Amino acid sequence: MKAAVIVFPGSNCDRDVQVALRQSMGREPLMVWHKETDFDPVDLIVLPGGFSYGDYLRCGAMAANSPVMKEVVARADKGVAVLGICNGFQMLTEAGLLPGVLMRNADLKFVCRDVTVRVESSQSLFTHKYEQGQPIRIPVAHHDGNYFTDEAGLQRLEDRGQIAFRYCDAEGAVTAEANPNGSQRNIAGVYNETKTVLGLMPHPERLADPKLGGSDGRGVFDGLVEALA
Amino acid sequence: MKARVHVTLKTGVLDPQGKAIEQALAALGFGGVDNVRQGKVIEFSLQESDRAKAQADVEAMCEKLLANTVIENYAIELDA
Repeated sequence: MKAAVIVFPGSNCDRDVQVALRQSMGREPLMVWHKETDFDPVDLIVLPGGFSYGDYLRCGAMAANSPVMKEVVARADKGVAVLGICNGFQMLTEAGLLPGVLMRNADLKFVCRDVTVRVESSQSLFTHKYEQGQPIRIPVAHHDGNYFTDEAGLQRLEDRGQIAFRYCDAEGAVTAEANPNGSQRNIAGVYNETKTVLGLMPHPERLADPKLGGSDGRGVFDGLVEALA
Repeated sequence: MKARVHVTLKTGVLDPQGKAIEQALAALGFGGVDNVRQGKVIEFSLQESDRAKAQADVEAMCEKLLANTVIENYAIELDA
């Protein structure tokens, strides 16, 4: 598998993703600067977490209109897998590759801690290393992770199985207490209709190595390597 | 021509920041304040002198960048 990590001014999880990908791929991912308008063919594009362009205007809004994103959108439309983590998820919604929007957390506070999310389906490039319904522990670190879309949009997501992860308790129960940011229906991550694009607020790359305190996030990267090899 | 764009949250979209402002106003003794909604104002100058064209341009800007129409409405003011 070949992968590219897009680096924006203000990205701060690009290296974490690089390390997680290197571990699973056994080779280096391409690191692509946001001003590039073309880069080598890859099987996976990762939009990393951080504060691209200082979160000016709206989180991810500037990045969604940066030079490299035209190419990312064009490749996503052709079926290349795209993974957006945290700020990357915000970019994907702003770029129109994923439905909905990430609003300011309901309690207005920046939330930075491990959460448990339930894997809603193991039938995707990103989640086939997990069991359906499995709770996994990975961290969140965001101020704007409050997922919102209108009722019709929510129903569409449910009907088409586009909800990838939901915040849950340690046993996998989806409860209000387990929701760190006010997201509708505890949504932590969503797919596009073809499940080739995934955006999620928690950071699987930050717990992909037992030396860092856990490895529940590793399955995302191992799974991608296996599926896209 | 000067343009002023008001970006506000759509009805039905929760506005936790507006709520916090409302509570702060109440704490300061300003009673009877309800339904606080927070938004933003974006101002700029346009070289375009044709009003209809300017209006169309700014609308396109709002749709593409200035507002996220999933949750936000926009209103445009143009001053000659």
